[in-house]
Amino acid sequence: MGFVLPDSPTVDGVMVDRRAASFTTRSIKKASKLAALELAVAMIDLTTLEGADSPEKVRSLCRKAIRPWERDEEFLGHRLGHVAAVCVYPSMVPYAAELLDGTGINVASVATGFPSGQYPLDIRIRDVERAVADGADEIDMVINRGAFLSGKYEVVAEEIAAVVQACGKAHLKVILETGELKTYDNVRRASDIAIEYIREGDFIKTSTGKVNPAATMPVTLVMLEAIRDAYRTQGKKIGMKPAGGIRTGKQAWHYLCMVNETLGEGWLSPDWFRFGASSLLNDVLRSMQKLQSGEYAAGHDFSDA
Amino acid sequence: MNTNTRSDHPTGTLDLRGASGGGIFDYDPAPESVKVKIDDSYGLFIDGQFSGASGSSFATVNPSNEETLSMIGSADGSDIDRAVAAARAALPGWSGLPGIVRGKYLYRIARRIQERARELAVLETMDGGKPIKESRDVDVPLAAAHFFYHAGWADKLEYAFPGKKPEPVGVCGQIIPWNFPLLMAAWKIAPALACGNTVVLKPAETTSLTALRLAEICQEVGLPKGVVNVVTGAGETGSALVNHPDVNKIAFTGSTAVGKIIAKATAATNKRLTLELGGKSPNIIFEDASIDQAIEGVIGGIYFNQGHVCCAGSRVFVQESILDTVTQKLNDRLASLRVGDPLDKNTDLGAINSSEQLGTINKYLDIGGNEGAVRHDPNPSSVPEKGYWCKPCFFTGVQPSHTIAREEIFGPVLAVMSFRTPDEAISRANNTPYGLAAGVWTDKGSKIFDMASKLDAGVVWLNTYNQFDPTSPFGGYKESGFGREGGRHGLAAYLK
Repeated sequence: MGFVLPDSPTVDGVMVDRRAASFTTRSIKKASKLAALELAVAMIDLTTLEGADSPEKVRSLCRKAIRPWERDEEFLGHRLGHVAAVCVYPSMVPYAAELLDGTGINVASVATGFPSGQYPLDIRIRDVERAVADGADEIDMVINRGAFLSGKYEVVAEEIAAVVQACGKAHLKVILETGELKTYDNVRRASDIAIEYIREGDFIKTSTGKVNPAATMPVTLVMLEAIRDAYRTQGKKIGMKPAGGIRTGKQAWHYLCMVNETLGEGWLSPDWFRFGASSLLNDVLRSMQKLQSGEYAAGHDFSDA
Repeated sequence: MNTNTRSDHPTGTLDLRGASGGGIFDYDPAPESVKVKIDDSYGLFIDGQFSGASGSSFATVNPSNEETLSMIGSADGSDIDRAVAAARAALPGWSGLPGIVRGKYLYRIARRIQERARELAVLETMDGGKPIKESRDVDVPLAAAHFFYHAGWADKLEYAFPGKKPEPVGVCGQIIPWNFPLLMAAWKIAPALACGNTVVLKPAETTSLTALRLAEICQEVGLPKGVVNVVTGAGETGSALVNHPDVNKIAFTGSTAVGKIIAKATAATNKRLTLELGGKSPNIIFEDASIDQAIEGVIGGIYFNQGHVCCAGSRVFVQESILDTVTQKLNDRLASLRVGDPLDKNTDLGAINSSEQLGTINKYLDIGGNEGAVRHDPNPSSVPEKGYWCKPCFFTGVQPSHTIAREEIFGPVLAVMSFRTPDEAISRANNTPYGLAAGVWTDKGSKIFDMASKLDAGVVWLNTYNQFDPTSPFGGYKESGFGREGGRHGLAAYLK
């Protein structure tokens, strides 16, 4: 199959920024705010991606993923569900897989030489295969930004296709690393290339979290528009994951408003939208407690992951 | 996660009910909580104080629920005499002040508008029906910005027009419309005062309340009496002001029909005149445009303030190759707009300003259908039973000869047409008696400059729309009026 560069529309920054900012003035109250916050918890990929990660750190993260809030029944009147996934480096996958077995929480592993991707392709593929063999349900790959920025789009596309093969049954999230792509035009083009080569139900994702800026609302909007256009023209449904820089409950519901008004209800579930975050969860819990009790709790009232 | 299968349908349908109200993620009502004090009745503001009008009074109504907010005094000829006399008496003192002192008063007004911003926004929304997010984020901040900007000019007029010794024109009669009541008052009053003129301002009869608050602010900041006078009333009041022999200048923003009457009335007098009238502004979308952003611009261009905008982009010309795409995207975007209680912070479109205007819009909706255009009505919002409501819609299959493509509707109604070449776009866009604003959407720089130089419009926005700034002159060609407001050009209208 020959490579055909998708016919991506250009993106103009002025109106993208204006539209993205409009979602931050949405005023979400009462029941809809609580529903949004609960949804946000269910959409979180609870993440630790540090050189200092250890099996113990991953165990602590998994406990938090399974039971995010010890005082949920006190404030909500019911048990709060688990997060969507735990996202770790490949070496930590076996520990996470063991702890999360049977919980309904997916093990997500970054792979393909995360975060730079600057490794030979066979090593990146092997990285994916090993993570899947060790129990990863989801693979978060990085695209070859060097190839993309030098115009070798076909290389980018072929590598994504190769990773799709290596994933087997595991779901794939393609990290564009938008902080390195710089322009909205690049973000849109990279989104379209990725969408073309991944399967329905796979995701596109903004960032590794290792590059500034990570996820922003305008960048996420450009990617949501790419997803919408693919769905509108081909019926192919792709998920979205902004990652990095989303730290507060308020940010989370701004993102959900943006999804709601761009893609609609069909994307308001963990199957189709995720937040990649480490510190977001406790702020969402804190927002819930504030909503129910009227008082802001201290940060130390919530358990660390 | 989901199973890895394709959707049943070849092309997807978006479910945007949650965005416009209904569905699983509906936004709960978020009503603005600030309560605003409104008196049972209001008089006129003449010579620094409020006094009763000689004429009868009339009700001002909240268009979102048809409740009477207050009774407004109707100024007759004798009231206009008093107001003009007060302005005349104040003129030597005011124009004789050092510019830096006049600037000081304008700064004070600007700051007071900011301090009372929430109150003014709520009042504007209650009296006029526009969404609180627009009065809060656009009308009131821009009104303050106009006073701040012109405060800076007050002591620099000689630098604005080198080699001349600028003198104020004198007593200015200013008549403003109901679509941006406070903002238009600021557009009129700020440059007039900066240049040393005194003013008699007549707000539109359906929206007097914020102009009267502005009069209150003039009192609060100790503005010398008679410098700003506010007379309320309908057409006869405006006519008395226009025809008053001791007025040196008339500045009018409103409909082209009334503008023509005023032009005739002031002809062969020594009154100066500036007119900012109607429009039928085009948005032109080329196939190489950033389409989603163009859609945003078109949506903002026509549905902002329920389409009650003189520069509303009420005609859109789409290159034929992308007409289907644009039509579908307009449909999707319209479906996600929230229509309803203007005081709800999530409302995108509020109420139509008056029952009279609603009647006009409905008349055009009927004409559009009768003449053969196809109406698209994708917005699922349910509107309240009471009040004046018109959901946003657009027409396709519109021909340039259709009434809805030629006449100003002043409502949330868009006419979509197509073109094939840039020349055709220009000739279709310019084929109108109006010439206020235009928008061009393309990624190609050379095309942008070419189009901008050929469009007959006072303002041309490129890859954006409805950007306002006090530093930028605004005004029209042809039947959209003459004279500019804002920037250095706007000052010229208030100096001789």
